[in-house]
Amino acid sequence: MAAPVIDTLAGERTRKAAPAPRKGGRFSVHFAHYKWLYLLLLPGVVYFAVFRYAPMYGVSIAFKDYVPFLGVNGSPWVGFRNFEDFFANPDFLRLLGNTLILAFLNLGVAFPLTIVLALLLNEVRLSILKRTVQTLVYIPHFLSWTIVASLSFLLFALDIGPLFQFLNNAMGTHIDFLSDPAWFRPLIVLQDIWKNTGWGTIIFLAALSTVDQDQYEAAIIDGAGRFRRVWHITLPAIRSTIIVMLILAIGQMLNTGFEQIYLMTNALNREVADVFDTYVYFVGITQGAYSYSTAVGLFKSLVGIVLIFGTNWLAKRFNQSGLF
Amino acid sequence: MKIHNTRGGRIFDAANYVFLSIIGIITLLPFVYVFAGSFATEAEITRRAFFVWPEQFTLGSYEYIFATPAFVRALVTTILVTAVGTLVQLAFTVTMAYPLAKKTLRGRNVILSLVVFAMVFSGGMIPTFLLVKDLGLLNSYWALILPAAINPFSLIIIKNFFQELPAELEESAKMDGATEIGILWRILLPLSKPVLATFALFYAVGIWNDFMSPLLYLSDNSKWTLQMYLRQVTAASDLLGTGNVDPNYIPPEQGIKFAVIVVATLPILIFYPFLQKHFAKGMLIGSVKG
Repeated sequence: MAAPVIDTLAGERTRKAAPAPRKGGRFSVHFAHYKWLYLLLLPGVVYFAVFRYAPMYGVSIAFKDYVPFLGVNGSPWVGFRNFEDFFANPDFLRLLGNTLILAFLNLGVAFPLTIVLALLLNEVRLSILKRTVQTLVYIPHFLSWTIVASLSFLLFALDIGPLFQFLNNAMGTHIDFLSDPAWFRPLIVLQDIWKNTGWGTIIFLAALSTVDQDQYEAAIIDGAGRFRRVWHITLPAIRSTIIVMLILAIGQMLNTGFEQIYLMTNALNREVADVFDTYVYFVGITQGAYSYSTAVGLFKSLVGIVLIFGTNWLAKRFNQSGLF
Repeated sequence: MKIHNTRGGRIFDAANYVFLSIIGIITLLPFVYVFAGSFATEAEITRRAFFVWPEQFTLGSYEYIFATPAFVRALVTTILVTAVGTLVQLAFTVTMAYPLAKKTLRGRNVILSLVVFAMVFSGGMIPTFLLVKDLGLLNSYWALILPAAINPFSLIIIKNFFQELPAELEESAKMDGATEIGILWRILLPLSKPVLATFALFYAVGIWNDFMSPLLYLSDNSKWTLQMYLRQVTAASDLLGTGNVDPNYIPPEQGIKFAVIVVATLPILIFYPFLQKHFAKGMLIGSVKG
């Protein structure tokens, strides 16, 4: 093997040329001294150039009529035509509606539930119970969406699934929850709650652990009960954490989670299931409309950036500490 | 802290403990059902609405799936891709993190800014797909590994970790004539084993659970990973209207679905104690630095 020989030689040279080149000296001297470091840096730099920055450059096909044969550079420019096509397409409003409804359901249901669960866990003084419940509710976070979807398919399986039978018996109905468009959104929110609520409490629990305990004692002396202590001390203490998490959640609003929606989409619930992420896949990958779908994806990212800056601005406007 | 408890407080505590216990149990129930179902007969699964213990214990479902070449192939493939992928991704991340930990290196700040920028902005699904296609990586397992080779977040945390190691360690090694590569390999890596183990888990879980990359990049169904196989087996056949399904598909019996889910979940559950400990920590580091 040649490697150790090179190693030794380089070591000899380093020992002789021990002092590091002075700051602001010639680059060639600097480079010669640090050549091994630059060599180590190379794979990472190539990775970022190829797999992170080349696709960013590839976004330019949103303004082109991409022809695979001509490549990204050779394809002709078409200006905003792909965007105009998308906004004129009836799909646009449907996608926007579906995406926003899911986003608001998430913000309105899953987000507050996370805070409630964190508060309830924080009130537990029996540490073995607290740890056990935490251990259990964190598990689903590590499972793939494929497993979550598969579990849903089994639990709601037509006629034989446990939840299919339980819910239909309770309501006196015979609903196929997996294909009924009216049940698509409740199902998605339910999956989200099951998978992410427990894990989401971690950040809030960390914030809750920093709350000044003296304040509680003072409140107890003043005769404040359990709920008033939570309302007047605990919640204000974690307000900034809640706001930061809310800003992040709003910034992610249009990212409905490709895998989850894709896995739960079927021929019958398509009308309510389609969101920007899955639309990009169906139109781009399966139908080959690369430029058009890239424009859709770019539009989605831009709205996400506007949302995150907008919420941050609003938070500061109302004298809250924002994200940045 | 002494909080003397009122009657109302005790009632609240009791209700809270019961409620949280129920939440914990409900979270677990789907697994218990699927686990029990994987050892039950087909007749029992269709007859009983819900159970946590099979009346009649059978290994039939497992015998069936492990005799199915497509399943075994998907399982072996996924294990191999996860193992190789984790090593490759870890190697990419560590070799880049080490030079970036050196404050004297020129161009370091530019590279770090570009890394942070890539955390926020990405090319998106289609440009990345076209790149992978142009590189000739479609239907290659490298397409599942290389596009995610470096997680910018992990990179920065590992870089910070290297930066905090005492500089004397390296200086004395340099005196003895070691190169930077030798220092990284013989001194820093052994010291960073716990950190590297954490990020190895990060990457391994990412690859094991990945559904989007195989969906995008592996159209040849003989190359499918376990998550793809799982999807095909569990999705009700009459509902599949979303493409990418084997046309020769025969809907399997219920018990087989249960068994495949258990196999796909098991590795995650085995590593769960480590995952819980390290990921919770990682998430908090992220929230402070992010």
